Amino acid sequence: MSAVAEPTGGSVRRRSGAADVLRQLLRRPRAAFGLFIIAAMVFAAVFAPLIMPADPFEQSFDGLDLMGGPLPPGGDYPLGTDLLGRDLASRLILGTRTSLIIGVLANGVAVLLGAGVGITAGYFGGWTAAILMRFTDLMMAFPALLLAIVLAAIFQPSLLIVALVIAMVNWVQMSRVIYTETRSLAEREFIQVQRSIGSGPVRILFKHLLPHLLSSIIVFGTLGISTTVLLEATLSYLGVGVQPPMPSWGNIIFENQTYFSTAPWLVFFPGLLIVLLALAFNLVGDALRDILDPTLKGRH
Amino acid sequence: MSAPEDTGPGEPRPVLTVRDLSVQVATEAGAKTVLDGLSFDLRAGETLALAGESGSGKSMTALAIMGLLPKPMARISGGAIRLGDTELTSLGERVYRKIRSARVAMIFQEPMTSLNPLMTVERQICEVLLEHGAVSRSQAPKRALELLRDVRLTEPERRLSQYPHELSGGMRQRVMIAMALACDPEVLIADEPTTALDVTVQAEILDLIRTLQAEHGTAVLMITHDMGVVAEMADRVIVLRQGRQEETAPVRDLFAAPRTEYARMLLAAVPRLGAAPDRPEPADSRKIVEVDDLSVRFDIAGGVLNRTVARVHAVEGVSFHIRAGETLALVGESGCGKSTIGKALLGLVPWQGSIRIDGQQTRGRSRAAMRPVLRDIQMVFQDPGASLDARMTVGDQVVEPMVVHGLARGSELADRAEWLFQRVGLSPDMLRRYPHEFSGGQRQRICIARALSLSPKVIVADESVSALDVSVQAQVLDLMQELQAQDGLSYLFISHDMAVIEQVADRVVVMRLGQIMEEGARDAVLRDPRHPYTRRLLSAVPVPDPTRRRPDLPETSGVEEISPIFPVGQGPARVELTELSRRHRVARDAMAKT
Repeated sequence: MSAVAEPTGGSVRRRSGAADVLRQLLRRPRAAFGLFIIAAMVFAAVFAPLIMPADPFEQSFDGLDLMGGPLPPGGDYPLGTDLLGRDLASRLILGTRTSLIIGVLANGVAVLLGAGVGITAGYFGGWTAAILMRFTDLMMAFPALLLAIVLAAIFQPSLLIVALVIAMVNWVQMSRVIYTETRSLAEREFIQVQRSIGSGPVRILFKHLLPHLLSSIIVFGTLGISTTVLLEATLSYLGVGVQPPMPSWGNIIFENQTYFSTAPWLVFFPGLLIVLLALAFNLVGDALRDILDPTLKGRH
Repeated sequence: MSAPEDTGPGEPRPVLTVRDLSVQVATEAGAKTVLDGLSFDLRAGETLALAGESGSGKSMTALAIMGLLPKPMARISGGAIRLGDTELTSLGERVYRKIRSARVAMIFQEPMTSLNPLMTVERQICEVLLEHGAVSRSQAPKRALELLRDVRLTEPERRLSQYPHELSGGMRQRVMIAMALACDPEVLIADEPTTALDVTVQAEILDLIRTLQAEHGTAVLMITHDMGVVAEMADRVIVLRQGRQEETAPVRDLFAAPRTEYARMLLAAVPRLGAAPDRPEPADSRKIVEVDDLSVRFDIAGGVLNRTVARVHAVEGVSFHIRAGETLALVGESGCGKSTIGKALLGLVPWQGSIRIDGQQTRGRSRAAMRPVLRDIQMVFQDPGASLDARMTVGDQVVEPMVVHGLARGSELADRAEWLFQRVGLSPDMLRRYPHEFSGGQRQRICIARALSLSPKVIVADESVSALDVSVQAQVLDLMQELQAQDGLSYLFISHDMAVIEQVADRVVVMRLGQIMEEGARDAVLRDPRHPYTRRLLSAVPVPDPTRRRPDLPETSGVEEISPIFPVGQGPARVELTELSRRHRVARDAMAKT
């Protein structure tokens, strides 16, 4: 069928539907690997109670050695135990919930906010840009942790609040990058053309500027995942994040970091998961960027 | 060996010998040969022109000789390049560095990007001198000054301490030439050295290269797409096409009797000043565009409080009109305000004065209020590659104005896109492709189709064919005239190219520093120019005929560089026009002098 006859909004576009994009993602080995990891983590988060080998909160004596130290991986505890004798594998699986929600939600909000502010300031310039970017500078100058602590103190700590607090802190860099890029894009001739045919700002922003900014948004968005997960850990450490005994990858690392030399697995496994999560989003993001760029059609 | 050994017994030995040179570029589809079996000799004191359209491999040749092919995408896949007795193709980077500048030097198209913006002219020249040990450290500044004198730069002492952005385009190219000649190379490669320059500056630079060549006996390899430049500069010409040597001939033979079909076609497509057919005198039809006392000024903010400290007077008190079915050409050199006028007509820059489009006054209209007017006036920009959105199919873009103005939807849009594509001579099969899949000429057709989609009464064509190869340029100009004949369109044709303007214009407006110098019917202005500036512009155009020498440039008096920047509250002296005849007006100051 010819997409020329497509009625939606009068598009003559060779449209990349969501299914089509997914198919193209799966065709690329690296992107498929990334998708697989993300899917596995989502599965673990949703079905955590069913797949956990043990109770993640139970502090058992069997989980400690004769000196009262944590057990290394092997035997009854596939990934070993932590300082209180809790099963690390179970805690990591339950922690996937927290970290995934924080990583995706907090980062997602940060990306939307940052890109929105950046693109608006960049396109309109003048007073709009002056106000928005000075506000961004202000946020940048404000110590992020202090802001997070203040915000967390005002609101009752909950997963959602923690995610929003992190988003509030993290959108700033994104907005700076997007602002600068929009500024230079808006000077380009094809945007001038849009003004000359009478297009309104909404059309120019979303149909013509946004697609060109997508690669930067994706790169910074995926980079933000790992910093977000770690920031959550910092907050937990300071007692304003996810409350113990609820596990998250970040707070498992922080709880156990002093025992790194004697029980490295306690830091290694959650660290590995954070790296995997960031890597997975990065691989998918890179592939998405290439798929959405028509000048790279047919390349890998 | 495919090329004849053209070294006769009495001839001097060639300084540069290229034999069967082939260059390959890696692409997605595998290695692509972009230069295939090129052979030539270059002798001392001779100018050899490599002429061809884009993609002919002429710049690749220059880069191959300089050892500057972009690695690892491009490589020399065969052949030999000998400089004197040195074989260059097998040379390592370290040895090559000693040869560049010292024995083979190059000047590039864009002098701004080839100079380091953070270094003074003196430091850049001294760097070249010291790198090759041409002079001692204490002697270097003195030698740099001599070099600037050699390239006839005005106030050379002052130029030494200036940065590239403080110089005009022509001055920058002179500095580039000074640097290229710093070590007295045997071969000078000039890659489109004047393409980015105004025509009068081009004439000066070409004169300079010729003079310096005579003084130093340098062999010049001139790479250009402009057959006028070829005719003026070259002793011999190689016509390249898609990497192949199409024809090699002494310049007079080539222009008098091209042997190959392609060379014939290329020469026929070159617009020649004074050769354009007559245009029927249009009836005095309705005025579609009326511009009265138009001024455009840009504020320059500065100081601690970011207040306006000065203004650029880009356009100052300009009045003209365009009638239905008529083409008005706006000519002038860069910075004269011609493009700004085009933008003001579409409300893209803030302006003062009065503009009526088909009777509708557009002063003080907001962007939204401007919309209905934009249905009558549309614009085609200079660079078709940059004026299309790379992320949208061309079909979507062609009908986008209709979507914006709510004129059509659904399948109607698709029909309309097909119809527009057919009108500009493109196949509707290509509607679903993206801009990068088209050639430059096709992209400009797409831009024209987009401008046509609202069925406007006027199209502003801002240097719309300047970026195209001559053969393509001719086709696009034909298309534009065809559309004009069919729809009774009016054009505001903005260009710096006198020969192109002669082909399309009914009336010509010559601008300089934001004001009109001369205005009138095409034949009156171009064949009987009264203002010295118009005469200078016309005489600077290279003549694509080696048997006729371009007349020397008229004296520069009265046309020296003046800045259009004035302090707040001041402005340039208004030029007043005197009516010579019903269809010819000229600035009054010129009348006083002649």
